[in-house]
Amino acid sequence: MSEIGVKSIEELYADIPEKYFLKRSLNLPNALSEFEVKKHIEALLSKNKTCADMPIFLGAGCWPHYVPAVVKEIVQRSEFLTSYTPYQAEISQGMLQALFEYQSMICELTAMEVANCSMYDWASALGEAVRMASRVTKRNEVLIPKIIHPERKATLQVYAEPAEINVKEVAYNRETGQLSLKDLEGKISEKTAAVYIENPSYLGFIETQAEEIGEIAHAHGALFIVGVDPTSLGILKPPGEYGADIVIGEAQPLGNPMNFGGPLLGIFACRDDQNMVRQMPGRIIGLTTTVDGGKQGFCMALQTREQHIRREKATSNICSNEALCAVASTVYMALLGSKGLRELGETIMYKANYAMHLLSKIDGVKAPVFKSPHFKEFTVNFDGAGLKVVNIHEALLQRGIHGGKDVSKEFPELGETALYCVTEIHSKREIELLAKTLEEIVAER
Amino acid sequence: MYRQAQWSEPVIFSLGKAGRVGHILPSVEEDVKKAVGDLYGLIPEKMRRENPLRLPELSEPEVVRHFMRLSEMNYGVDSGIYPLGSCTMKYNPKINEALANMPTIGLVHPYQDERTVQGILEILYKLERWLAEITGTAEVCLQPAAGAHGEFLGACLIRAYHKHKGELGKRQDILIPDSAHGTNPASAAMAGFNVVVIPSNDNGCVNVEALRAAVSDKTAGLMLTNPNTLGIFEQNIEEIAKIVHNAGGLLYYDGANLNPILCKVRPGDMGFDIVHINIHKTFGTPHGGGGPGAGPIGVSEELAKFLPVPRIVFDGKSYRLDYDRPHTIGKIRGFYGNVAVLVKAYAYILSLGFDGLKEVAEVSVLNANYVLHKLKALDGLTLPYNSEKPKKHECVFSVKPLKNKTGVSALNIAKRLLDYGVHAPTIYFPLIVEEALMIEPTETFEKEELDRFVEAIREICREAQTNPEKVLKAPYNTAISRLDEAKASHPKTMALSWRMYQKKQAAANP
Ligand SMILES: Cc1ncc(COP(=O)(O)O)c(C=O)c1O
Repeated sequence: MSEIGVKSIEELYADIPEKYFLKRSLNLPNALSEFEVKKHIEALLSKNKTCADMPIFLGAGCWPHYVPAVVKEIVQRSEFLTSYTPYQAEISQGMLQALFEYQSMICELTAMEVANCSMYDWASALGEAVRMASRVTKRNEVLIPKIIHPERKATLQVYAEPAEINVKEVAYNRETGQLSLKDLEGKISEKTAAVYIENPSYLGFIETQAEEIGEIAHAHGALFIVGVDPTSLGILKPPGEYGADIVIGEAQPLGNPMNFGGPLLGIFACRDDQNMVRQMPGRIIGLTTTVDGGKQGFCMALQTREQHIRREKATSNICSNEALCAVASTVYMALLGSKGLRELGETIMYKANYAMHLLSKIDGVKAPVFKSPHFKEFTVNFDGAGLKVVNIHEALLQRGIHGGKDVSKEFPELGETALYCVTEIHSKREIELLAKTLEEIVAER
Repeated sequence: MYRQAQWSEPVIFSLGKAGRVGHILPSVEEDVKKAVGDLYGLIPEKMRRENPLRLPELSEPEVVRHFMRLSEMNYGVDSGIYPLGSCTMKYNPKINEALANMPTIGLVHPYQDERTVQGILEILYKLERWLAEITGTAEVCLQPAAGAHGEFLGACLIRAYHKHKGELGKRQDILIPDSAHGTNPASAAMAGFNVVVIPSNDNGCVNVEALRAAVSDKTAGLMLTNPNTLGIFEQNIEEIAKIVHNAGGLLYYDGANLNPILCKVRPGDMGFDIVHINIHKTFGTPHGGGGPGAGPIGVSEELAKFLPVPRIVFDGKSYRLDYDRPHTIGKIRGFYGNVAVLVKAYAYILSLGFDGLKEVAEVSVLNANYVLHKLKALDGLTLPYNSEKPKKHECVFSVKPLKNKTGVSALNIAKRLLDYGVHAPTIYFPLIVEEALMIEPTETFEKEELDRFVEAIREICREAQTNPEKVLKAPYNTAISRLDEAKASHPKTMALSWRMYQKKQAAANP
């Protein structure tokens, strides 16, 4: 203070009108020591039950997977953790290279050429993808499947409405859950900017006519957007090989904990088409060289799309994103490699299908509802047992198991149905315990 | 001088060997396989992956070494001062990391029965209350993932408010000062508004006459940062608020600069209707190389009914997620927000309390003015706008005189600073300052570290006079020398993924 010639801190605030200064202290907690903070928060959090305390069969956009110790170690490196967006490329090569590798791995998984280094999550990525499709095609309608996560649909509506984009739903086949091509043909027109599907779908089945859907979209000059769960892409055909123009999805399951639903990691990739690439939202890292051409390096590319340069004409307002989650996913994918990712897909699909196999044997229980192949999630219907999902849930919880998500309000036409999720972390014993317990509950009715 | 590690670390795709695996997954029992049968038989042929994945294949130690080397070629707040203006790069307390990494958060699913997540709901509920208290707003929504996401939500709420009043059709303008951050106009435009730019006056503040002339019955709202991006408090805030409110518009507060007024002055008391908070700036959570952060917003009572679902409610006994909000705008993302980040903010507030947060504000302002005072003495730098008055948390210098004399620009100074092991300030922002160096030291760097920064700038200014070539070619001590950023964006050379790079290489060398 003496150096800058002020006697009190208040002098530095002298320009703020007196009336705005707080005249009282705020209703905030008293400061605690580090030890007390730790005790306090640990005590609060110990009230939570975790998937280590009881088997939890929930998915629906946030999935329980194991996060290897190496991933945790790397993302806690403070050089990564405490850095900002790599504006100064020369001193941020580590982060830039890691994010370039993330983009590259996402491209390999999805068979696309360009990926950005993250969106907030799948839902907001969907909003951005639809707006991008509308800018690219200069059209203002999007067709989405009726079977879609309700939170993604709600998010899409908030993103689409100000851009005057109409969101229309395409019906599904009641037997199989598959998108109705007939309804799609009936609704698609020269107004359609994009057709969107999810694969696997929100209700867990594989959309098997993806290629045909893409062809219908393209025949009408619309873009084809596909939303993915990347853990399926070791065994399922990547969207780039069935015509997708934009691929979005949720990369949380690749190395990021559930964290009660956030942070998540939105995937965003597209084809190498300059019209599309220039309309992409978000940060993109590119390969370059030193000015003297001597060495390869990395820096942010195509910044002229972004808000700090283009302001109200930017392709998106996104600034801070989910970079460190992308680093976690990069480390995860590097650990698993091609072989590991294929095995991950196989393991999940085996276990989920084993669970369906056991549950479908229970009298009055239908698993899955749809006659289609399922990957890691599946619907379980209790109408035949005359039981409500809420009652099943309650009975399971009392026996130390957390059942699936109740979707009977979201899709009333499916009756008393829940969405179950099984991944590599669910042991055979836990799956069998679920089946046995459900069987008991149904028998007791 | 500083020396950053210089590993010539190849892109990971060129490392490893086919068949290597760095992590073993749980096995699938034989009888599970038997019960399920032919797995690939379940997937219709046209949906099976045919072309093998081409991910790198490495052992666990190889993966660790690769990323350790990369981390050594990165600079963070723990490495040294990081005076990026507008970004509030303060120290991130380690205990907060430890707490947020606990399995009692990590292993909790967002759709779990409310009875099994009471601990985390209590933390989030209390954090909402504390942030409402700090911002002087009625209710807080924790869902936005970042500041810009909060802005988008805020702009959507402005939409919802005018729509509710039946005035959205005519209220299409959002007014934004020319000193604003790029996300403000981008967010307003994303929410469907026209952006009307309000010029600054000679003091670097909103030109009140221009504002008065710009408002009309088309005005939907004003987005303002206060203190603004020049580090100057908008003294006329009372009048500004009155003008906008009288015209029927709402006031939006960009909270990127909340740090210097924490627990001293509240945006709500200044008349703002919507306030976003950059948790990753003001509340000490790490930026993670670009994210994740969190951008909660606080709103006035009148706007609360439009907030996204669910709202966290407490009936005196337990916490619950309430989806029954007929006026809600819906959702702007999945689930409830960047919870792991929000827990760190909870720990931060708990560690500091009211007095501690106030001290954060005061020391951040003291540090900024200390650096300002030291740098003002340097030849070649000027301090446009209100140069005699103290600033708040940051100050913006122009290096135009130095550039005119020596050719050394703000960019060159930024690059040369890296050689000193000092992160560069924000450059070329705000746009109303030519050759801007925007400096925000924050409260967590002590006098010695500030002096180190000032000394580095002083030496660079001297070097610019004596040996400008040396400055122009900087940096020298970083992992890599000056990069050609234009090349990364040129259609011919653009390589945005390894796949794209290889395709270009193959085309060039058939
Ligand atoms: C003044 C200002 N407003 C808004 C933002 C956007 O915040 P975020 O990066 O959290 O989206 C920033 C970020 O740098 C900023 O400095």
